[in-house]
Amino acid sequence: MGTSPQPGLSTTVKTEPDVTQSTPSTPAAPTGPKLRASNVDFFYGKFQALHNISIEFPENQITALIGPSGCGKSTFLRTLNRINDTIRGSRVTGEVVMDGTNILQVDVTELRRRVGMVFQRPNPFPKSIFDNIAYGVRINGLARRSEIAEVVERSLRRAALWDEVKDKLQKSAYALSGGQQQRLCIARALAVDPEVLLLDEPCSALDPIATSKIEELLLAIKDQCTLIIVTHNMQQAARVADLTGFFLLGKLIEFNKTDIIFKTPAKKETEDYITGRFG
Amino acid sequence: MLRLWRSSLNNVMLTLTGVCAVVTASALFLILGYLLWNGGKSLDWNFFTKLPLSPGDLGGGMANAIIGSAKIVALAALLGVPVGFISGVFLAEFSNKGMADFIRYTADLLNGVPSIVIGIFAWTIIVVPMRHFSAWAGGFALSLMVIPVTLRATEQFLTQVPLSLREGALALGASKWKSVATVVIPAARTGVLTGIILGVARVSGETAPLLFTALNNQFWSKGFNEPTASLPVMIYTHAISPYEDWHRQAWAAGLVLLGLVLVANIAARMVLARGAAAQRG
Repeated sequence: MGTSPQPGLSTTVKTEPDVTQSTPSTPAAPTGPKLRASNVDFFYGKFQALHNISIEFPENQITALIGPSGCGKSTFLRTLNRINDTIRGSRVTGEVVMDGTNILQVDVTELRRRVGMVFQRPNPFPKSIFDNIAYGVRINGLARRSEIAEVVERSLRRAALWDEVKDKLQKSAYALSGGQQQRLCIARALAVDPEVLLLDEPCSALDPIATSKIEELLLAIKDQCTLIIVTHNMQQAARVADLTGFFLLGKLIEFNKTDIIFKTPAKKETEDYITGRFG
Repeated sequence: MLRLWRSSLNNVMLTLTGVCAVVTASALFLILGYLLWNGGKSLDWNFFTKLPLSPGDLGGGMANAIIGSAKIVALAALLGVPVGFISGVFLAEFSNKGMADFIRYTADLLNGVPSIVIGIFAWTIIVVPMRHFSAWAGGFALSLMVIPVTLRATEQFLTQVPLSLREGALALGASKWKSVATVVIPAARTGVLTGIILGVARVSGETAPLLFTALNNQFWSKGFNEPTASLPVMIYTHAISPYEDWHRQAWAAGLVLLGLVLVANIAARMVLARGAAAQRG
């Protein structure tokens, strides 16, 4: 297990990221950016969905991406683990650097092991709870057979789900409620020890109680990985995020500390969106 | 006047649809009933344990044809299912659109080839070079009919697996191939299995491809190299014979064959229902 860099990524990896906080729009962060996107454009065929996005995600912080539907925030999130590669006719230009390496040029399966993802709707596999959590560990060969049970328990504990499922690990994951399924998906992502966790509107299909459990969970795991969350829910961004970026029509309009974005936004568009004048 | 015309037209059409529906349903029940009546009278324990007797001797059974059918169908499944399944996986998951359309169209055409033509084909490429009829040739002929059915069932159920599951696997670092093998195929497993059972059951009743390939045998056949008896061909030869007792045996064979196909159908439905229940939790 462990998060040491793999050979394919190690050419310029240092213990401290060598990227300094040079962009004026980036607020001071405790340990510097874990992930930095520069001039990212994204195309679905001829349609350009993202325009020149540059943003830095500081390590062990929660960054929220907000904006109206179709503004490109999910598309952007999905370029960070290159899950958009599977879309025929899609194309990315620019640079996304994690720990000094451009992720657009590394082995994609290794990248996705390091950059986990939780989707809008809970998507447990049609397998037992245990096998769901063990999946990533098994396919990546990260643990010996005898250690897998331990990894499963640790991941479920990190996702605050252990007490609810410990007596039914062999039951189908579909037997769980929607909120439990989503925490299962978070546990499944955490089981492979990702350095970054991407969350694409993880609570949009959940009720308020399940939502608040997930939010607590995010705050609890942020000391172990860098979190980036796309959300439609501005209160959610305000509650959990250290930093917030506002997207509109494929552009990053404004990016700053969350309380600045919500209290004293610099741009008119941001203010209009925050105050509910559109979107 | 117009209203009267409309309402009487309505009544006529309604009656017509009803009559057609009844005809459809009663066709099955008539066949079933007729077969049960005639076959049930003739069916006895000897049918399952004894060899056919020569005309004139009363009694006997079709044990060799039951085993022969099992051998030929098992061979057909063994040859046809892997080929159909793997090409179905390729079609659904890995091929580009042009290639997929081509293979799908070819499979549909193969599915539509008259079974007698399949028989002649297998005769040409297996029976003629080997210089004798065999279970190999029969199994090969039937496998050509298993392939397209398996392929289409596999493709259909794999494409129904939601994108979210595929992305879930990819997002954990699975390669395309691993995600298909460990998530997509297991998720589609019950559907594919059902399709395969139904396809194999369908093929087990085919007569024409076996006439030129496995031929028939009044006795036990050793291994796969000899002419081999099968239930459909037995039904054919016994039914066209002039002997009363052979007609009786043909009815019994028909009943057994239908029973086997029915059992396979019910089993397939149970597999599917159990799979659906397991997925709901």
